[in-house]
Amino acid sequence: MKRTGILLAGLVFLMAACKATPEEPRILTVMTHDSFAVSESVVAFFETQNNVDVQFLEVGDTGTAVNKAALSKENPLADVFYGVDNTFLSRALNEDIFEVYQSPLLKEIDPVFVLDKSYRALPVDFGDVCLNYQKSYFIENNLAAPDSLEDLIDPDYQGLLTVQNPATSSPGLAFLMTTIGYYGEDGYLEYWDELVANGVNIVNDWETAYYSAFSQAGGTDPIVVSYGSSPPFEVLFAEEPLDDAPTAAVTSPGTCFRQIEFVGILNGTPNRELAEKWIDYMLSPEFQEDIPLNMYVFPVNDNAVLEETFRKYLEVPEVTADISPDMIAANREKWINDWTEAVLR
Amino acid sequence: MTKKMKPSSLYSKVPSYLLWLLPAAFLGMFFFFPLTRISQLSFARIEGKALTGLWEVFKSPTISRVVGFTFKQAFLSTILTLAVGLPGAYLFGKFQFKGKRLLRALTGVPFVMPTLVVAAGFYAFLGPNGWVNEVLMQILKLETPPIQFVNSFAAILTAHVFYNTTIVLRIVGDYWSRLDPQLEQAARVLGANRWKTLWEITLPLLLPAIAASSLLVFIFDFTSFGVVLVLGGPLFATLEVEIYYQTISLFNLPLAATLSLLQIVFTLILTILYTRLTRRINQPVELSSREKSQRPLTSPRSRILAGIMIVFLLVFLISPLASLGLKSFSGSDPGSPPTLSFYRALGENPRESLFYVPPTTALGVSLGYGLITVILALGLGLPAAWALAKKNLTLLDKILDPVLMLPLGTSAVTLGLGFLVALDTPPLNLRTSPLLVPIAHTLVAFPFVVRSLTPALASIQPKLRQAAAVLGASPRRITREIDLPLIGRALLVAATFAFTISIGEFGASSLITRPEYPTVPVVIYRLLSRPGALNYGQAMALSTILMVTTLGGMLLMEYFRVGDVGEF
Repeated sequence: MKRTGILLAGLVFLMAACKATPEEPRILTVMTHDSFAVSESVVAFFETQNNVDVQFLEVGDTGTAVNKAALSKENPLADVFYGVDNTFLSRALNEDIFEVYQSPLLKEIDPVFVLDKSYRALPVDFGDVCLNYQKSYFIENNLAAPDSLEDLIDPDYQGLLTVQNPATSSPGLAFLMTTIGYYGEDGYLEYWDELVANGVNIVNDWETAYYSAFSQAGGTDPIVVSYGSSPPFEVLFAEEPLDDAPTAAVTSPGTCFRQIEFVGILNGTPNRELAEKWIDYMLSPEFQEDIPLNMYVFPVNDNAVLEETFRKYLEVPEVTADISPDMIAANREKWINDWTEAVLR
Repeated sequence: MTKKMKPSSLYSKVPSYLLWLLPAAFLGMFFFFPLTRISQLSFARIEGKALTGLWEVFKSPTISRVVGFTFKQAFLSTILTLAVGLPGAYLFGKFQFKGKRLLRALTGVPFVMPTLVVAAGFYAFLGPNGWVNEVLMQILKLETPPIQFVNSFAAILTAHVFYNTTIVLRIVGDYWSRLDPQLEQAARVLGANRWKTLWEITLPLLLPAIAASSLLVFIFDFTSFGVVLVLGGPLFATLEVEIYYQTISLFNLPLAATLSLLQIVFTLILTILYTRLTRRINQPVELSSREKSQRPLTSPRSRILAGIMIVFLLVFLISPLASLGLKSFSGSDPGSPPTLSFYRALGENPRESLFYVPPTTALGVSLGYGLITVILALGLGLPAAWALAKKNLTLLDKILDPVLMLPLGTSAVTLGLGFLVALDTPPLNLRTSPLLVPIAHTLVAFPFVVRSLTPALASIQPKLRQAAAVLGASPRRITREIDLPLIGRALLVAATFAFTISIGEFGASSLITRPEYPTVPVVIYRLLSRPGALNYGQAMALSTILMVTTLGGMLLMEYFRVGDVGEF
């Protein structure tokens, strides 16, 4: 008995001692998709500034992540959710997973990125889904590099293109929406008929398209749907240092689809003030400049400066396909079904 | 027989409900509870008239086409897997030859490889620019590649055989090696020819093992996701693919839940059929030691047949993997000398990324999860198999027997969301716990363990144990000296399955993970999702490391013996 008493007293004392330390950092949990990456120093800076331990949870690809945030909204997994893009934005807003937060940093961001005027989802970065081509193929075959969607149905370009299935791949969906933006809802299926007649190759995922079908990696097709950022990354992640990008992106007006990613404070967080600080930090130049090399997408903050490789090899389209998140949410299923009927059957 | 001897039959001594306590609790907590919660939540999202809408979609031609295709491909894949696996099982079961252990270990490696990586291997081998097509184009002077492999039905079947042949090889091969050759010899002496003996004596004796492995292969193919998606291409969809599309892309949870339940019902029907069938054929057979049943390859005929089989297994199972290994050493330019630069890059973190992990850490995480899965799956599987191996099953046994297969036939997406919404309150707040990963792996490995142990346990002759009891052996001694040696090999098969299932499983998309502790497949997918030759090369290098580690692990298991008993 006596021993238990002493033990208990010791335990109480220990607990009190733990409580008394004011230095114990608080925990901020950020829920995100599996492409999220950041430099150690960038997170460490925020952690020491605010005496906080930032923990990240990876919850699958973008669609999966949004679904999980929606399904756990009664008992949220985290304080902040980063990574919903414009193709899933309506779902996140309809499911009401975010609290309103009008960050002061928004004034450094071009308003075209601010798609949610209720300020629940704030833009962080963008990336363009564009056609990529292998430069050497077109030089060796004396063929002009593709420059427009029309080129792809030209017989000279027969059997040169690989795209992804919009039902299973996000760049695939982006390219479908590019054609809808360009040819309109009345004309895009006709365009796809011609693409099929011209021998378009369709695969289910970006990895197979880029690493197995694209001629740059040993496949047979010199044109592929990928990202505007892929050419500079071919330089940055070349096996041997390169002085020129082996691939290029087509950025003519209307040939790319812009994906914008957003962050928001999850409804009901007990750490609202800390969550606000984290969002401000994500929108600030310190964090924004770290984004490209880690996540292959680009900052929305006007004051963020890009590294030299990007200034040299990155082509950013001036005009991208104009399709709003609401239109995507309302038509996603119909568009994919119609496309499937027309192209795959 | 006197009354005194009866209790020595150990199976009947332990009541069924005790044996089922842990396995049933585990299934209830980590399978039925999450599944019920997500189904409730999904159907609660149906508003008003939407129920008729659901029915419309459900009876649409798309869904019936998907269901039809799911059955068709699983059926054909299973037949083909048996066609490759049974001759292989004969080779492994009946003969002793040099390099047998290495070959058997090699045939298990495909099982752990991530689909995207295997697909890359098949592309390098059979794709439009693959070796086979290049060679054929040169020989036949063709302009276009003659073999259209990628995005074809054949690709799905081939990949399924590639992945699952090891299941037949191991389960049937092990059983075959224990069949007493005297029966066959007797048949031959009595004038039956080779084929008649095989057809009328050997195959019926092998049926329990063939049925068990066929069921596992079928359910694996039935719920196939990655292979159909990556190698089959957009023209093909299984139920599992459709569930993923409805859940993730369209967020149509009611329909997704309906399809998941449909998939589970199909699995249940199949398993019930299976248990009925095996109940009839699971007779104790005279098992014998390997030394008696296995012979060296002496006759020219057996040498030639074995040679053909070995070459076939090597070409079919190993060459797509070997092409990955080659890729991991070859530079971007076709003519450049072999390089280690991809391996070196794996150890570097030039961008100081927070989530960078060295390959050793990822391997450690993978092996750790693998070990926990083996312990959990054997701990739960052994009592369950024990309960199912006895001759007279109780009602409880009969009910639980098909039920324990259900996790294998359940959509990973649905179950993952189930974990999210069910395990969210203390003391079961496991949503973000790393323990959820081996738990999920165990759900898949547990049916494998039960299925590979039950035929072996059921085949133990009560006579043997009775004789031992008469001679005064204690129950413990009977277990140690009769049961363990007889099922030791089956235990090893079970452990190997549990381990490889865990190592190869890519559950990250259905679970919630801490990015600081990824498994090897997760890191491979991370690398593959980025452009740049260096990223791709690193993915190939890490895949090669995964292959070699798995091979090493399986060789270790090949040489490992249960306790000090060894093989008698």
